[in-house]
Amino acid sequence: MQCAYACRSTEHSIARRSFLGGMLAGAGGVLGGAFGGFARPAAAQQLASTQKRVLVVYLAGGVSQLESWDPKPQTDTGGPFRAIPTSVPGIHISELLPYTAQQMHHLSIVRSVNTNENDHGKGSYIMHTGRREEPAQPYPHLGSVAAKYLSPEDAALPGYIHITPGGNGVSASEAAFLGPRYGAVTLGNGEPPRNTKRAESLTEAADLARNDLRRRLNDRFVARRRTAETEAYSYSYEQALKLVAQRELFDVTREGDAELARYGTHDFGRHCLLARRLLEHGVTFVKVSHSNYDTHNENFDFHIEQLGEFDRPFATLVGDLAERGMLESTLIVVMSEFGRTPQINHLYGRDHWGTAWSVVLGGCGIQPGAVIGKTNENGTAVADREVNGGHLFHTYLKAVGLDPHEEYVIGGRPIAMADPSADVIQELLI
Amino acid sequence: MNEAPAAPAENATPAPASAVDPTKTRAAREFEYTSPFLACRFDPTGTYVFASAQDNTIQRFHLESGERVALVGHESWPRGLAFSPAGDMLFSGGNEGRLIAWPAGAAPIEPARVGEAHQGWIRAVAVSPGGSLVATAGNDRLVRLWNATDGTLVRELAGHESHVYNLAFHPSGVHLVSGDLKGVIRQWDVASGAEVRTLDASRLWKYDAGFAADIGGVRAIAFNHDGTLLACGGITDVSNAFAGVGNPAVVLFDWESGSPKLVQLSKENLQGVVWGLTFHPDDFLVGATGGGGGGSLLFWRPDAEREFHRLALAATSCDLALHPDGRRLAVAHYDKKLRLYDMTAA
Repeated sequence: MQCAYACRSTEHSIARRSFLGGMLAGAGGVLGGAFGGFARPAAAQQLASTQKRVLVVYLAGGVSQLESWDPKPQTDTGGPFRAIPTSVPGIHISELLPYTAQQMHHLSIVRSVNTNENDHGKGSYIMHTGRREEPAQPYPHLGSVAAKYLSPEDAALPGYIHITPGGNGVSASEAAFLGPRYGAVTLGNGEPPRNTKRAESLTEAADLARNDLRRRLNDRFVARRRTAETEAYSYSYEQALKLVAQRELFDVTREGDAELARYGTHDFGRHCLLARRLLEHGVTFVKVSHSNYDTHNENFDFHIEQLGEFDRPFATLVGDLAERGMLESTLIVVMSEFGRTPQINHLYGRDHWGTAWSVVLGGCGIQPGAVIGKTNENGTAVADREVNGGHLFHTYLKAVGLDPHEEYVIGGRPIAMADPSADVIQELLI
Repeated sequence: MNEAPAAPAENATPAPASAVDPTKTRAAREFEYTSPFLACRFDPTGTYVFASAQDNTIQRFHLESGERVALVGHESWPRGLAFSPAGDMLFSGGNEGRLIAWPAGAAPIEPARVGEAHQGWIRAVAVSPGGSLVATAGNDRLVRLWNATDGTLVRELAGHESHVYNLAFHPSGVHLVSGDLKGVIRQWDVASGAEVRTLDASRLWKYDAGFAADIGGVRAIAFNHDGTLLACGGITDVSNAFAGVGNPAVVLFDWESGSPKLVQLSKENLQGVVWGLTFHPDDFLVGATGGGGGGSLLFWRPDAEREFHRLALAATSCDLALHPDGRRLAVAHYDKKLRLYDMTAA
């Protein structure tokens, strides 16, 4: 079964004009005041003093919980891998994750996720928004929420950056009613946003001069006809200029060969190092996608290959964030759209399984070294402390200091920030 | 350490060539278990068939009585099974990296020797024709040769750049071949450990850009009885790695030249992998396939690209073995059954 998580679609490959267009639309959404944000904005103000960040590592296609966070060796569903001890006494994970095992004291595992959803797109939506899809009401993704409420207003970089093997561009729709300004800026294969390099034929002095002229013309125009749209127009240009000025931030080779080697010379290693750079430079939300775990066939060989690639860069990143004192302000989430069936199929594969699987969290606001919930002996069902995407979404928000019980006001209509039928996983929080 | 091939086991009674007719192959018997089977081998005396299972055990079935004895000692899937030429010892390699020697005729059967042989999976085990060496192939990209008597490491063969999936001794005992995930076949001089040459079976491998992963590998390997042909089996022309959509294939090499002689495929667009291969002394090749196209036994002549006979099986197959009498085949099935097939007329 094909899925398109490593998206190479043309709509993600846009020119600078489109990029600026997206920024313009986003700014319009915000500055136009169509959507009010928090009904009680005190919460947002409170956050301004300490910026929290979020790192999501998305194992696209559905990583097997049995080959990662919830191994069941010596059972009929356990497969051929063994469990290994971690840096937290009593917690064992798959032998495919030896480096991550040594960082377990920074992380916690929720082993009792039941999203009851086996469709790639719907499962992904649940995990990114904490809700099931509703045809008439799109909800903002976690990255967009973080970009809006955790990013400083004058941030020089986009608040939501997605590093993926796929295409380069923006995904404004993920912001839903928050406005496209808070959508994902996608760095395909970790490359900088396209067309952010000054043309060689244009000197720096000429570039500065033309922008100065643009500003003066804008200011004159705004003095007579100040509207939300004109402000959005100006905002978009200024934001783009800031991005262009920081283009070298996206160049991981500046970290040096030793750092590159520590993370691994493959794409995912490079992407994790880039994530560290972005987080260090104040990007609020960074998602790194690693693909592809949709192992209906040869689940075990593919997990050797994929998790073999994931393990060391991820563990290195966690260790580096800890060493730099960034874990206190950075929430880490490792998620998929679902897990994989305990039953091993006739292709040595595992199929889609949203019934009993695992998510890993760590860092900001999260109790380190904990295991929340459990599955039964052979992993076919949740045996204790069942949670769904809503509980996780509540917990993500709470961990970074947002109140998931607050409400957006959309056209005068209150919409709960997180699914009101769920709540935080309190015991997972510090 | 070269060696002369051992004499055939005394209890095996090869079938007269005229008695075997692959087109008459039929299911003759089945042994049930509680876990899907992975691999199977007859013991050289022809008394038992051994089959490993996903519950980490190896099950020994007496061919006449059906009596079953469990071999318990692996902590993961035992994928590699090989016998000493006399049939007194079974060597098994597990996905936990452990090589175990078992007294094959005992009951109960306890490990005679257990060794940590590889870091990561052992995917295949072979015993040299003279019985003095045991070879193992691992996910640590190594091939190792062990003293069959005391279990000490004799030699390490390094050079593969991906996981080693299978291996086989040439009937002369002078050389050993090992095949990896990317279809690279390395020929080794057993006495010195030197690499002699590489053969190209990359037809059995693909890097799937959409999946961002390798798929394929040398899943099955076999020499013919006089060592003039080498067959490597697996999957080719993969169009969908997620679902395992590809065709079972055998890359057949002329041993002297090392050149691919031909690629053998199925007449129908049969989805799956060649998981087991064996050459019959009557000069035909049998492949057991499993996958989306179900299980099949495919019978090829060594000079033809397509099979001359196919038998559809009741379930997908995972491995294949030829009984020393030359009449019977054992197939390890995913549906928790080990089936015996008779290649003589009823």
